[in-house]
Amino acid sequence: MSKSQTGKFNRRTLLKAGAAIGAMPLVNISRSFAQETIGNYPAGTSGPSVFVGLTIPLTGPYSGEGDDMQKGYKLGIEHLNNGGGLVSKIKTLTGKGVLGKKIEYKIADTQTQPDPAVQAATNFITNNKAIMISGSVSSAEAIALEKVAQRFKVLNMVGCSGANETTGKDCQRYAFRSQPSAFMAAKALAPVLAKELGTKRKAVYLVPDYAYGHSVHQSTSEFTKAIGWTEVGAQICPVGTADYSSYLLNIANSGADVFVNVAFGADSVASTKQAKQFGVLDKMKMVVPNLSAFQGKEVGAEIMQGVYGTQDFWWTLAETNEAAKLFVDSFEATNKYKPRWPAHIAYTQMLCWADAVERAKSFNPHEVIKALEAGHKLEMPLGEVYYRECDHQQVRAVPVVVGKKPSEMRNPEDLYRIVGLTPGVDVVPACDAGGCKMPSI
Amino acid sequence: MNWSLLWAQLFNGLTLGALLVLVAMGLTIIFGALGVINFAHGAFYMVGAYAAYIAYTATYSFVISIVAGAAVAMLLGLIIERGLIRYYYKRPHEDQILVTFGIGIIIVEAVRAFFGGIAKRVPVPTWGEGAVNLGFLYYPTYRIEVLGIVGAALVILYVVLYRTRIGLIVRAGIEDQLMVNILGINVTRTFLVVFGLGSMAAGFAGVVNSPIVTVNPEMGALVLVQSFVVIVIGGVGSFWGAVVGGLIAGEILSLTAMIEPAYSQVMLFAAMAVVLILRPQGLFGVQGRQ
Repeated sequence: MSKSQTGKFNRRTLLKAGAAIGAMPLVNISRSFAQETIGNYPAGTSGPSVFVGLTIPLTGPYSGEGDDMQKGYKLGIEHLNNGGGLVSKIKTLTGKGVLGKKIEYKIADTQTQPDPAVQAATNFITNNKAIMISGSVSSAEAIALEKVAQRFKVLNMVGCSGANETTGKDCQRYAFRSQPSAFMAAKALAPVLAKELGTKRKAVYLVPDYAYGHSVHQSTSEFTKAIGWTEVGAQICPVGTADYSSYLLNIANSGADVFVNVAFGADSVASTKQAKQFGVLDKMKMVVPNLSAFQGKEVGAEIMQGVYGTQDFWWTLAETNEAAKLFVDSFEATNKYKPRWPAHIAYTQMLCWADAVERAKSFNPHEVIKALEAGHKLEMPLGEVYYRECDHQQVRAVPVVVGKKPSEMRNPEDLYRIVGLTPGVDVVPACDAGGCKMPSI
Repeated sequence: MNWSLLWAQLFNGLTLGALLVLVAMGLTIIFGALGVINFAHGAFYMVGAYAAYIAYTATYSFVISIVAGAAVAMLLGLIIERGLIRYYYKRPHEDQILVTFGIGIIIVEAVRAFFGGIAKRVPVPTWGEGAVNLGFLYYPTYRIEVLGIVGAALVILYVVLYRTRIGLIVRAGIEDQLMVNILGINVTRTFLVVFGLGSMAAGFAGVVNSPIVTVNPEMGALVLVQSFVVIVIGGVGSFWGAVVGGLIAGEILSLTAMIEPAYSQVMLFAAMAVVLILRPQGLFGVQGRQ
């Protein structure tokens, strides 16, 4: 009995000792790297190339935007690796990779849903040692991906996302957004609406039921109230609705004279088409606070003429801005159509990141974050842009556009006239207004 | 209470329901006759709409588009039944679900690879343009015409399935395939016809819907879900179940939207859950049917 007890004791001790010895080198290694290891730095930068993980909706209701966006990333990476386009105009960029390392990338389909987006990004970070992640079209994806970036301490150059929360209450130290928030878009749009449609309007809203929809609804309502408009109703509908008839009946019955359509992507096309069929567009003016990338093309100029809205970028800026021309021309040469704003976001976010890395002289996320937060101004297709330190929102101009009449269009892509390019500093919210409590590095 | 809005939403529920009946019919025909749950149903619907888009841009005739959409979807259905599905009739439901689900993905991605993800435009036919003033309601002409189109299509389907020799064979084949074979009737060929018919119904629904919804590779995914809700409420495999289920679903969506728009989809699924609890075989379903 005592023998067996002793035996047991001995075996246990041996196991414990073995485990302790086995674990010791691990402890030591992690300790010795504790000072320098931040996310995938430096592990992800040891080879001749660095990896960028792109999570893009190639399927689902925002796949049209996703496809455009993917082309923007490819072009941006091509220019960073081999020169060309806007890269030639930015002093810090060499056209021979970033800090001399070529950029490698993979694209994962997010299906326009946060869960697959998070899964794909996590995979890029843990298996591909991604040094930066980017992508997403819906704000639901974007906000989820910001959290991933913060958790893994990997930089995230946010893709398309218009929700206020992205750089508001869900802001993250490792995430930077370039697209105007709903607040910025609405603030830029309202004065134009007051001038063009008057100040005594009654508005009814069609709102997709998630962060983006509610942000746009809230901000547009707030800024149009300031110009004297009243809100007479809001129809909250799920993302991916195919038939808007019952909502449109309520809208037609609301007594409004302006229809504010917040639906996005494929949903914006279906809702606009059906609004026309229900006679809503004959009775009311339509306003789209944030135009979907291909809305004009998919719906057609007959319906979109006279529709007011904003978008991150419109290609006719190339006629007045040299940086925009470099981007638009090279995009069109490769893809045979005029780039839309998701491609613009993808392209410029890649370049802004590369510029920050070059200025930081390191891929170390802490250094890159500091470089981005420094408020360094870059000449981009929208003019001068920079990120704010307080909430990581890019301060940039917001184009306000109106749908052209078919007779005014010079070519099938000439769908909008730019009626205003509101400077970013005039429309960004006060730093403490968005509810961003920036997490520590 | 706003009475004119109530009448408007009730009427809208009817036309919305009619469209749901149409999209659910192809799914229920195939399941009712062959026992196969066709998860590629939404893909056939989408193929119909794309065929209509091609036919429309080539001919500017909506009638030709309808014929093209139905024909292409049927042809695709026939090929897939011959090449794949018929090997699965005797296999478990899980296998059938997996193979049809896979076919659906392949079709959707093939269409996306060819046409891209951006929506295509199929305009409302000239005879459906504009809106009609019904007194209590200003309603799109085309949607009113859809009521007639759906009604006519359902009558034709009903006659084929319940009043013809082929319909009789199909129904006999469901009961006892071996006996029908012994009587010298080629059941395999009949099954081929049924699968083609179900695919055609899905394609036809795609064409009829194409001027209303967005024509993109994803459009079938929504339809698949809705079709399932409709036939679960109505009774899987039942012709009349799909009709009643579709109309109920249309009214639920419309009336809930009038009161609280954000809850209309939720209410639809809640209704399905209630039916599943109280009458799991659906309103018109037969208990224990395989």
